[in-house]
Amino acid sequence: MPERVRLRRDDARMNIKFLAVASIAALAAACASTPPEDNTPPPQTRVEGPSTPPRTTPENPGPTPGTEAHFVATAGDRVFYDLDQYSLRPEARETLRRQAEWLNAYPGTTILVAGNCDERGTREYNLALGARRANAARDYLVSLGVSPSRISTVSYGKERPSCMQSNEACWAQNRNAITMIQGGSNS
Amino acid sequence: MLRVISPIAALVLSLILSAAAMAQQPLQVTIDQGNLEPTPIAIPDFVENGSGDLYGAEIAEVVRNDLASSALFTAVPQNAFIENISNIDLRPRFQDWRIIEADALLAGRVTQQPDGRLLVAFRLWDTRLEEQMLGLQFVTAPENWRRVAHKVADAVYERLTGETGYFDTRVVYVAEGTGPDGIPTRRLAIMDQDGANPSYLTDRSYMALLPNYSPSAQQIAYVSFIDGHATTYLYDLETGRQEALFATGTRGLAQVDANGQSLSARFSPDGQSLVVAIERQAGHDIHRFDLRSRQLTRLTDHPADDVEPSFSPDGDRIVFSSARGGGSQLYVMDANGGPAQRITYGEGRYTAPVWSPRGDLIAFVEQRGSQFALGVVRADGSGQERILYEGYFVDSPAWSPNGRVLLFTRGDRSSNGTQYAIWSIDLAGFNLRPAPIRGAASDPAWSPLID
Repeated sequence: MPERVRLRRDDARMNIKFLAVASIAALAAACASTPPEDNTPPPQTRVEGPSTPPRTTPENPGPTPGTEAHFVATAGDRVFYDLDQYSLRPEARETLRRQAEWLNAYPGTTILVAGNCDERGTREYNLALGARRANAARDYLVSLGVSPSRISTVSYGKERPSCMQSNEACWAQNRNAITMIQGGSNS
Repeated sequence: MLRVISPIAALVLSLILSAAAMAQQPLQVTIDQGNLEPTPIAIPDFVENGSGDLYGAEIAEVVRNDLASSALFTAVPQNAFIENISNIDLRPRFQDWRIIEADALLAGRVTQQPDGRLLVAFRLWDTRLEEQMLGLQFVTAPENWRRVAHKVADAVYERLTGETGYFDTRVVYVAEGTGPDGIPTRRLAIMDQDGANPSYLTDRSYMALLPNYSPSAQQIAYVSFIDGHATTYLYDLETGRQEALFATGTRGLAQVDANGQSLSARFSPDGQSLVVAIERQAGHDIHRFDLRSRQLTRLTDHPADDVEPSFSPDGDRIVFSSARGGGSQLYVMDANGGPAQRITYGEGRYTAPVWSPRGDLIAFVEQRGSQFALGVVRADGSGQERILYEGYFVDSPAWSPNGRVLLFTRGDRSSNGTQYAIWSIDLAGFNLRPAPIRGAASDPAWSPLID
């Protein structure tokens, strides 16, 4: 179930958006640079010609501010850990800084931080490791000014994988702490 | 089937010994070495005395399956039988059984009593010495015919190997699946040791993990997510009632930190206390919980995670896994805490230690590189570790009550993700076989022998 890897999906979507914007710009440039200043007869009338104004699809303004979707889009909802580790990588700290910023902007929200592990360990060992991961993320958020009373933690061990395949790429996705908005959001 | 106080009464029949002691070794099945030559035993359908369902053929079949599953015995095919046993009180024609190479003959009979109960009697014969090795009878309600069959198998196993059997036992495990929303489900399930009478103990609305039996076989300690996070629960098999052991609110029997999870609990041999890893602010530590006084005592206080505790069968010591030495290794300490002695020194990560009911060995899971192994090590850490099984994934060893067989979770790689199933292997590393469970399963817990 690779579609459950949220970060990846969002990345892909963002790439497509950039691509779309780029191609529209290219089209506009192409139009501007082709002023037909000759006497060639006009082309045969087309039914769907430039006479009909281009349909403007309303620009998606993005998720409603203050919602979980907004949190995911602006901050990122998960951080990743190295194999058998619970220390925060630099990019995990960056994500948590954005999470703290968002949480400080919406002080009414409460969160659940869930620690997860890959499947390459025994069940109880992973429940303990998942708790360490959730706690590491929580402690960093608290150090950035998020009140501990707004944060609950849970370890799912290896029981709630985002990615179901048995390979390293998948396991890397599953070694994470995921922040979920529990209450006080606008949704 | 959950009523465990059985209506079975065992009566020992008179032991009739043949006077002619021949210059021959009596039949004895050795189980120390890997048994490459299983002992052939002939088990005709039990003779039926009376009308109605007497289960003579069914009982014999269960006994055959039980004994054959140990790989110490093989059932002689019935179509090879020459003598037709119609009266178990007559001496068999031993040459008829020797010629089809049956070293032992189990002749049984089911008699319907006036009160409707079944009287199940059997005689076990040594066909070469031409003498009776064992004669027993059991009385039971007809619906318990399977349990009587297991008791017959246990008696035969014990007489021929010199060790207690393990067939009249049950297994609790985690049935794994996926809910309609795509979320993984983990349900406790229970079955007879041979796969009969399976049923669920918990529903799919919450995860249930890591069950362990109480010495009375009446209760299960397990990890429940019914409160949202891992919490140790006690489940009463007779009533189906369950309660949280540790909680932050008023629900638990003992209080723990907010968000502090409590994990897999194992009973002391006297059933009066549990050892369990509980999360404190600094990490997970081993705790002992007294079920009578409801007092929770912290036994370890190390910054590293101490998890997966298991009592020695004399109740004096506790083995657990800890990352205090870097990677996870196994440690043994006094049952009241104190200094812990490391017993594993290999390169791999050692987890999931379980003390053998015989006391001399500790089973463990070792993860080395991309492989997992099921092994045993002496409880004092001396000598060599012995690897019984190696494969893609191993977890949750569970000893048979006699310490001769291990159940464990085995994971095999597949294109749909890892497939989990429960397998068994004997202490010699032979007789690897899947448990008779349909669907994905993990975390076996083997009951003690049921009275």
